[in-house]
Amino acid sequence: MSWLQYLHPPMLTRRTLRVWQRNRNVFVKTFRVNFLPPLLEPLLYLLSLGYGLGVFVTQINGVSYPRFIAPALLAISIMNAGFFETTYASYVRMYFQKTFDAIIATPLSIEEVITGEILWGATRSVINASIMLPVLIAFGVVDLPISFVIIPFAFLAGFLFASIGMCFTALTPNIDTLNLPTFLFITPMFLFSGTFFPLSILPMPIQVIATAVLPLTHVVKITRMITLSQVTPAILVSLAWIIIVAAVLFVLAVNLMKRRLIV
Amino acid sequence: MGDVIVAEDLEKRFGDFVAVNRVTFSVREGEVFGFLGPNGAGKTTTMRMIQCVSPKTSGRLEVFGMDVNTHPADIKCLIGVVPQETNLDPDFSVHENLMVYSRYFDIPPRTALETIGSLLDFVQLSERRDTSIEKLSGGMKRRLILARALINNPRLLILDEPTVGLDPQARHLIWDRLRALRSRGNTIVLTTHYMEEAAQLCDRIVIMDQGRILELGRPQDLVQKHAGVDIVEADNKPEVLACLGRMGAKYDVAGERVQVFTEKAREVTAALLQECSPIEVVARPAGLEDVFLKLTGRRLKE
Ligand SMILES: Nc1ncnc2c1ncn2[C@@H]1O[C@H](COP(=O)(O)OP(=O)(O)OP(=O)(O)O)[C@@H](O)[C@H]1O
Ligand SMILES: [Mg+2]
Repeated sequence: MSWLQYLHPPMLTRRTLRVWQRNRNVFVKTFRVNFLPPLLEPLLYLLSLGYGLGVFVTQINGVSYPRFIAPALLAISIMNAGFFETTYASYVRMYFQKTFDAIIATPLSIEEVITGEILWGATRSVINASIMLPVLIAFGVVDLPISFVIIPFAFLAGFLFASIGMCFTALTPNIDTLNLPTFLFITPMFLFSGTFFPLSILPMPIQVIATAVLPLTHVVKITRMITLSQVTPAILVSLAWIIIVAAVLFVLAVNLMKRRLIV
Repeated sequence: MGDVIVAEDLEKRFGDFVAVNRVTFSVREGEVFGFLGPNGAGKTTTMRMIQCVSPKTSGRLEVFGMDVNTHPADIKCLIGVVPQETNLDPDFSVHENLMVYSRYFDIPPRTALETIGSLLDFVQLSERRDTSIEKLSGGMKRRLILARALINNPRLLILDEPTVGLDPQARHLIWDRLRALRSRGNTIVLTTHYMEEAAQLCDRIVIMDQGRILELGRPQDLVQKHAGVDIVEADNKPEVLACLGRMGAKYDVAGERVQVFTEKAREVTAALLQECSPIEVVARPAGLEDVFLKLTGRRLKE
């Protein structure tokens, strides 16, 4: 019974957006610094992997290598933006800056603070995807106009990764142990989710595991269907997976944070 | 006038540890109510329960007639908080801190701008409007936190050690501001380690120790009750103690000193000087600190 208490739905008001606004204000203040990584990242990957390694890997399933990895680069950037916002960045705000303490002395509740943080993480994913997409368009490695669908989709996927990140933040004893989920979860996912080579070449058990538990697998599947204009009904399965897991982990993140912060 | 805070058998446990042990008190509208107590007495814990950020373990706690468990947002709309630990937002400047904070209370931007202007004047930080938080001195940060606590024009102000670490000028400025707020009818609850602060500002105080309330009352009444009018101090030497014993005086030993609580300081001093040949005798009016040390003991806490 006791784990059920962690699925208690949060009570939210419009004030949740105040937390989002706070983070947005900080982001706007430091925009020039925040702007560069999502701009440079696809360039570096496309040049080194797409056009470097791509000389040897000419085609995958009839798709040129740069076009194969372009949607994966988007998915990875969406993942990183959401995940790192609610892990390191939220941890710093929570623990070092005492920002959450300051906010819950106002009419906002801790549930609203955590939800606002996660919504902001999802927004970071949207921002990253929006900065990256024009670069990929310039290289001509994504189809148009369908690829613009990635931008709203980035919010959903970002929400999922931000919720995952917040669960780890709620459980981590200190900021150094946040490296563990990064190395044990994010890095393997970065490599084994059908990002740089198709999942189908891996042994069946690993394929099954990747599809069952690695969120990035589903995100890459969807972004790739979109940028290659190859949308099939399978997109619904991945969408459903993402929505259900995001909803559960969001509620879990809020409750784990309540357990951590309400003493 | 009604009671702003009513606490009855209020208890807070952290696991097995009882931090606040069934305390009962009420704070009247318009008064300055102080919590005194050694480190770890449970002052901050009590403040945090009143602020609705730390749930009570048992007992009754109402603020403005509302239960802290059921109406946290409504209560938090009506109070302003100066926390013990400075938690200004380091990502923003002085002005931005107040602006962002005003949004948490849904204050319209235009109103907020006006309020912030006058609050910065009130705490004498107008010149620092665009300074980033790291560049403020400790005293400026405390003043800014006070301004932040006033942003929603709160009916109840809760201050947890508002003047900790401040120089006398900054402390007096804050005291002055708190008096101004009281005269506007605000209710103020504060905790402090400075007896002078409590004596100067508070209409009523409680003295807490180890989670319990030891005394509640007006500062001057508590001094009268526990320390008398005056105190005569002399060196703690066997001859002096024996001599005091012969005189039939009631005394307390306080480390290297021995203290006599009395209403006849002059006579006691004269007698001591004549009969007991101590090295040094000091007579002074009794104060809150004497009450505090008498009630909570002289041992270092924790
Ligand atoms: N989150 C917590 N978990 C466990 N124990 C706690 C927690 N918060 C406070 N305590 C304990 O409760 C007791 C009361 O702490 P509190 O902070 O209320 O004291 P205080 O009167 O404000 O002291 P100070 O004057 O040092 O600020 C202390 O013994 C403290 O160690
Ligand atoms: Mg304290």
